[in-house]
Amino acid sequence: MSEQALLPTVPYIKIPDNGDPYLEGYRCGSCEATFLGERAVCSKCGSRDQMSTVTLPNSGKLYSYSIVYRSFPGIEVPYISAIVDLDDGTAIKGNLINVEPDPANIEFDMPVDVIFADALGRKDSEGNSYLAYFFQPKV
Amino acid sequence: MTDAYVVGVDMIKFGRFPDRTVPQIGAEAALLALDDCGLTIQDMQALYSGNLGQAAGMVGQRILQEIGQTGIPVVNVANACATGATAFREAWASVKAGLYDCVLAVGVEQMGKGLLGGGAATTGIPKEGLLGSGTMPAVFAEAGMEHTRKYGTTFEQFAKVSVKNHHHSTLNPKAMYQIETPLDTVMNAEMISYPNTKLMCSVNVDGSAAAVICSEKKAKELGLMGRAIKVRASVLASDPWQQRDLVMPDVNSCTRLAAQEAYEMAGLGANDIDLIELHDCFATAEILHYENLGICGDGEAGRLIDDGEVALGGRIPVNVSGGLLSKGHPLGATGIANIYEISTHLRGEAGGRQVEGARIGMTHVIGLGSACALHILEKV
Repeated sequence: MSEQALLPTVPYIKIPDNGDPYLEGYRCGSCEATFLGERAVCSKCGSRDQMSTVTLPNSGKLYSYSIVYRSFPGIEVPYISAIVDLDDGTAIKGNLINVEPDPANIEFDMPVDVIFADALGRKDSEGNSYLAYFFQPKV
Repeated sequence: MTDAYVVGVDMIKFGRFPDRTVPQIGAEAALLALDDCGLTIQDMQALYSGNLGQAAGMVGQRILQEIGQTGIPVVNVANACATGATAFREAWASVKAGLYDCVLAVGVEQMGKGLLGGGAATTGIPKEGLLGSGTMPAVFAEAGMEHTRKYGTTFEQFAKVSVKNHHHSTLNPKAMYQIETPLDTVMNAEMISYPNTKLMCSVNVDGSAAAVICSEKKAKELGLMGRAIKVRASVLASDPWQQRDLVMPDVNSCTRLAAQEAYEMAGLGANDIDLIELHDCFATAEILHYENLGICGDGEAGRLIDDGEVALGGRIPVNVSGGLLSKGHPLGATGIANIYEISTHLRGEAGGRQVEGARIGMTHVIGLGSACALHILEKV
């Protein structure tokens, strides 16, 4: 494809040359706490140089959410802002998509998949496109 | 260590003052607090100034340029929504430590209208509405929905917090708004971030509040013990590690930590508290803090609001001032405005909203990030 490669929206989205995108966490070898984003020191137990990267699971459960009706100019509403506990316990925030934004349709602990897609068409000042992650109900 | 007392305290009526500067707004409260105890800026040995919006702007010194440049040390404080309470606490600590025996704390903020949090990207593309929401109404909605998840708390119960606090504010001439908002009005207001409607979000306003703090010896020398309010506990906590910290700012564990320390410091329990001003930045947040502060058991907050126990006239009135929801929330001023409200009740000077027989009160603020400041005050 001649299409320009998508850039990761956040550093913890990894886009390998071959293979599917994934979320990368940093896990403390001393206390097992997992973090999004690179770090050298664990903020749970204070251990240094115990961090190693882990590939985070692509599924989890909905922990909490809000349906956002008012945001900043240019941001399409409504949308569901969701807190998801991934299967390994790592918490991550994102948009829950492919669900009608109505509390009647949203259940706590509903199983969700993490999917990767273009970042809603958003481009940076240089015209680059980005890859983001989203949650959708597990089918 | 000496005991420290609030001898003078006041706030301006919160509102919108686009034609005034931050130091001018802060200076007004400073003078009111000095007048409240009949002292002057020449009597102050240090100034602790809280402001967030101009954190790099030397606001404290500029306040002195408005009311008297006496050469005293000035400490400028920024600690998110705990800014004012942190400035107050620094002032308290300086007296407790014996460094000074009469100091001034001022909190001031000039706010724009509109959403806080989220916002523009510094690099790449904006994440708002792409990777969830960082706006404050959404963040506190998610915190409220965690309570719903655990205990089944309803939209209606959250909304009742706003009905109560807006009602309280009709009795407070210094509140931004004095408007009754019945339950259906609150629930049918514009939905900002479910379950927080517009009337369940705190009001961005301009405001200032100030307090004069003295050692016991100094207060007695000055003959100011008659209306003096003893600071029984002053606690500041940051957020202890929690698994969901990175995606869900934790307002609960730092409040619980601070509450435990404050009760210990005061030698009191939640049952000893007669009224509370707590951080109702959103209606969802107030519900959480009933439990965090121990005025009911876990899972009982919904019942507390249903039964009116936290309304004026109830077992333990909460946010009788109207709270951040209706009095308004000028970030840097809020913590000291809370001290003013509690002190006014303990002095028996709260007029139509007076909590009868109030002897001991508590103030609570949360700055996301997070900082929790708690004070327990007593009229001796």
